[in-house]
Amino acid sequence: MRKSHLLFTLTAYLSLALLYVPSLAVVIFSFNNSRYGLSWRGFTFAWYERLIENKYILDAAVNSLVVAFVSTAVATVLGTSLALGLHRVRFSHTLNWLFKLFINLPIVVPDIIMAVALTMAFSFFRSFSSLFDMGFFTLILSHVTFQISFVALIVRSRLATMDEEMELAASDLFATSLYRFRHFTLPLLSPSIIAGAMLAFTLSLDDFIISFFTHGPDSVTLPIFIYASLKRGITPEIHALSTVMLTSTVILVVALERLSRYVVRKSEAKVAREKERILEEAEKA
Amino acid sequence: MKTSALSKPSFRGNYRKQLLGFATAFPALLCLTVFLAVPCMCLVLISFVQRGEFGDIRWAFSLENYKRLFGFSLYGWSPDFLFILLRSLREAFVTTLICIVISYPLGFFIHARKSRFSRLVWLVLLNVPFCTNIVIRTYAWQLILGPGAPLAEICAFLGVAPPGTPLYPGTFAVYLGMISTFLPFTALPLYAAIDRMNWSLVLAAKDLYATRFKIFTQAVFPQTVHGLFAGIIITFVPAMAMYVVTDILGGARYMLIGNLIQLQFAQARDWPFGATLSLALMVLTLFSFALFKTTRLTKDAGIY
Repeated sequence: MRKSHLLFTLTAYLSLALLYVPSLAVVIFSFNNSRYGLSWRGFTFAWYERLIENKYILDAAVNSLVVAFVSTAVATVLGTSLALGLHRVRFSHTLNWLFKLFINLPIVVPDIIMAVALTMAFSFFRSFSSLFDMGFFTLILSHVTFQISFVALIVRSRLATMDEEMELAASDLFATSLYRFRHFTLPLLSPSIIAGAMLAFTLSLDDFIISFFTHGPDSVTLPIFIYASLKRGITPEIHALSTVMLTSTVILVVALERLSRYVVRKSEAKVAREKERILEEAEKA
Repeated sequence: MKTSALSKPSFRGNYRKQLLGFATAFPALLCLTVFLAVPCMCLVLISFVQRGEFGDIRWAFSLENYKRLFGFSLYGWSPDFLFILLRSLREAFVTTLICIVISYPLGFFIHARKSRFSRLVWLVLLNVPFCTNIVIRTYAWQLILGPGAPLAEICAFLGVAPPGTPLYPGTFAVYLGMISTFLPFTALPLYAAIDRMNWSLVLAAKDLYATRFKIFTQAVFPQTVHGLFAGIIITFVPAMAMYVVTDILGGARYMLIGNLIQLQFAQARDWPFGATLSLALMVLTLFSFALFKTTRLTKDAGIY
């Protein structure tokens, strides 16, 4: 089965074109020396220079990054502790089902309904505190809410397959629970935590619909900015901005993937060392 | 709630551990409950009340919003909203179908790549669009489909469209946008299934002079149906609720349920009707999940 039918080959390359030709067109037109129209008028970097001078775009870029970093940090801590907590506690059957449903909600429910639910919740709380006026706080909170589930799901799947033998052995040797957590649970979980954080970060940077509903005038992110400028009419600056965003996402994803591999290797080595030590001590005992 | 969980620890000395576990999970659970689960339930309540004069909520319970959804108004019966619902379903259905039709050959092609590296490259190429922004990927089509752009000129040359007409906004542009958005959603799980397939069955079928159609229905399809269903569900549900693609490529008049919901919460400020529409979408979503769950195949495919 190593030779492909011509039709298969054709479909494969056609779908590749479907996925990449539009984005490539954006990249090409970001270098086009013409403000209007789609004809090629020579190569220029002018739009990129304009980009750096545009205060609104820089603001939006900073907003996007701040929201992504803060919400990812919060959601990673919350999501990991959620997974750990649920792993430890034996809930009654119904309660367990209910919590599992809650965790699955952001994955199952369409984005737009989640956006609606968050908007309603925020407007309800706004009558108690001006903290919930649409702005950075609500934007970050909404991102955290959908990120938690993804982090928790990834960490949970790792917890389910983790072997707890070593942890038990360590506890037999009177290691404190904090020690066990730091030297076994955390290093063993760290790859999945990082994978979860990576996913959360890209989801936050990418998100449009939920941000669109819950952002305020001071917290416009890049996707919202691009969307708004589509309504005003596209300029080559938007192509340049999109090109920067496309390339930086690709670079980011590759870099994070490399980083997670490095962490996996390091944490595996750490756990292996610790295992050896425990076995030695156990023999002595 | 707390006491019932803690009153029956599974063995002695576990009480503190349980408490600690609950305390660690609590902040996240609180967040999900307060901002997501409870508001989702409140949708039901709000769908029964009315819009006030200034876009606020008037707490008068009635079935008015549901009547409106089903097309009953002062001027008689005109099922515009039902049409939009049906159109969303049709759109999602056609998108999913085309994605499947493309994904099978694509999956076979990737599987047939000789080196591991080239398979990896193809998979990465399918994965990258996941991480890039949907607004950018969608407006990019405007460049390809706009008047005077290559694709429009090819169509004009072929006589499909009069010269100078843009291919967007319109149905064709929306479908292109939808398919390019959702193709990886269908293709990746399906490829995973194709990769795990037992190809000796296909060879055996060939030896027995089975037609191509028979090979597919008898040897390939049953082995890949899990991946296929996983792909269908993660394509169909978000496709139904799509907002960005229709908004950017469909023009102002092209409405799916997602756009309609957005309209109620933004310009129209009619939250109760928006809640009713959201519930309708929710019912469709849950219905499609249930449909696949009854076959018990999604469970094996790793959904839930």
